[in-house]
This record gives sequence, C-alpha cells and structure tokens, in this order.
Amino acid sequence: MKHRKPTLDRRKVVADILKQRGDALIMPGLGAPTWDAAAAGDHPLTFYSWGGMGGAAMMGLGLALAQPRRRVLVITGDGELLMGLGSLATIGVQQPRNLAVIVIDNEHYGETGMQPTHTLYGVDLPAMARAAGFRSAETVYTSSQLKAWIPRFYQEPGPMFCSIKVTTADAPLVLPVRDGTAIKHRFREALLGASEAHK
Amino acid sequence: MKAERQSAAWPLGIYQALKQAGVKQVAYVPDAGHSQLIKACHADREIKAVCLTTEEEGVAMLAGAWLGGERGVLLMQSSGAGNCINMLGMIAECRFPLLMILTMRGHWGEFNPWQVPMSQATVPALNAIGVVVQPVDRAAEIAETVSAAARLAFSTGRAVAVLISQRVIGAKQFK
Repeated sequence: MKHRKPTLDRRKVVADILKQRGDALIMPGLGAPTWDAAAAGDHPLTFYSWGGMGGAAMMGLGLALAQPRRRVLVITGDGELLMGLGSLATIGVQQPRNLAVIVIDNEHYGETGMQPTHTLYGVDLPAMARAAGFRSAETVYTSSQLKAWIPRFYQEPGPMFCSIKVTTADAPLVLPVRDGTAIKHRFREALLGASEAHK
Repeated sequence: MKAERQSAAWPLGIYQALKQAGVKQVAYVPDAGHSQLIKACHADREIKAVCLTTEEEGVAMLAGAWLGGERGVLLMQSSGAGNCINMLGMIAECRFPLLMILTMRGHWGEFNPWQVPMSQATVPALNAIGVVVQPVDRAAEIAETVSAAARLAFSTGRAVAVLISQRVIGAKQFK
C-alpha cells in the first residue's frame, strides 16, 4: 500500500471544526487533541482529558446516550483510538445518531517520542468503523474534503467516523485546566445548571 | 444449579434497587450470574443496556453518562476487574461516581484454575486504585447492599464495587 503524506495542520483542523460547535459537547482525547481543543479557545462544554487512554469514544457514547438532543464530537488521536478499538463495535451496535468520532491522525505517538502508530503502516480506521456499523466513515486528506465534512459532523445522523490526516509538525503547548474534578464540575454546571450539577 | 440460579429472587432485587437509584445506563460484559438482571434491563424501555467488548469501556462510558446528567451501573465478573484499572484512575482523579456490581469467580468452589489469580487480586487491585469495595455473601442482603452502594457512589462522587460472592451464585458447573 502506497503511503499518502499528510499535509493538514492539526491546530487549524481542530480550530476549523470547533468554530462551528454551536451547542455541541466536545470530548477531546488525551494529549495533543486536548491541547488542540484548548488552543481553539477554552469552553466549559469541552471535557479536556489528561488520562484514561482508550476511553474517549466510549465517554462520547455515554454522553451521547445521556444527551440525545445534543451533538457529541469525540476528537481524539490515532494512538488513543487504537487502544480502544473494541469501542467501535460497541458504538456500531448502539447506533447513537448524535455522535461523531473524529481522529486527528498524525500516524505517530506524538507525546511519547514520535514512534509510528499502526495507521502509518496502512491500518485503515474508517474501514474498521464502517465494518463495525458506523453510518459513514472516511479519511480526509485535504482542506476541501474537511470543509465538506465539518457541517456533517453537526447535522448528519450518526454514528459517523472521520480520520483526518495531519502532519507531525510541532504545535506550541496550550494547556487547559488540569484538575479533573474542576473540569467535570465546570462541564456539568454549563450543561445541566448549577443546582442539578450539585444535587 | 442452573435452574436454581434462574429462579433466584436477588437479581430482580438488584434491578429494583437500580431503578430506585435512578440508573438509566447499564453497561455490561456478560456473566451468568447477571443474566437475569441483564435481561430485565434490556426489557426496560427507560434503561439503555449496552453490551461492551471489554469492561474498561464501561468505566469510560459511565463517566460520559455522568457528564451528561445520567446515572449508570457497570456489571461484570471479577475476571474483568483487572481490565479496568487505568480507566478507574480517571474516575478517582475526576471524582466521578461509579457503581459497579461484580459477580465473583475463582474463589468459592471454583473448578477452573485460571480464574483464581484475578479473583484473588480483585479486592486488592480495586482498593489500590481507590474503589470502595463492599462484598456481600448472602442473597437476602444483595439488594440493600446495592442501594447503599448507589447512595454512596452518587452522593459522594466515589467508585463503589459490590462484590457478590460465588457462594450466592454457585460455582460454574463443567458438565
């Protein structure tokens, strides 16, 4: 399989997606997607992850089932998604219409020394998602493809899956709040209201 | 043993305790000891019953459920406890409430030697990652233990595991 070199910039990709977020709930996976989401602008309805590797898609499923009228976007990395591949099957069976799983795929473990992930060698995550029952799943290489996909994330019946190929270019660290309890409370207060959040 | 298990009253007691606690999402990796409860949850239109490929998926899912304002429960065998450990670290850090109900394998009357190591490691492993463990070995006390565990989990923001003894469930029969 011939490798196609990614050209998109991850920060711009995530910023472009989040510009359209409206009242959507955003679940970034740990590491770079969390820094990307923070760089795009802090928001209480973004649940920044600093751990729980392999769980982002399933956190998205639980949230999507609890909030069927809201859009839920999981924005995670290829390494993070690879650690929880079984969740594709679980989500495929549940068919949440309001869930999109987006992989910012730089084909490397960026936080641990840039070792290649399986996607560099051709492991096709969207094909796996399709096989698991996602309604739509594609790989995005170009900005025009991305532009066409962004409104779909917020409107199309899910579950949908998109792997967006990005370069490994360094992006400056933008670190959001770290304390997990604080992130949780802030998210629930913004979504449910303070009295419900602390009942 | 099989017939006895199917007619046992305690799984329905758990179901009622979960309903009273307001549980809306039930995530599970199947276990024979939970089969009646799983059936009851699938039959309930107010409950989203989600079969997992591995137990840690359920830990993450129920964190997401709580963020969205719903309560859940995670059902598994003790064999699956070890699969959850790192994800339970997130639960501890974020003080997510998490109610887990584990049916024990590998101790009372076990036949399969491969079940014993994880069984024996279940309580120390869960304790080490900050889960409150509440064992119960009498059928009559299961429902009230689940109710109490649910209150502890959801009112104090803690992970609480109810461990149902193999003595109640009966050891799996290999015949």
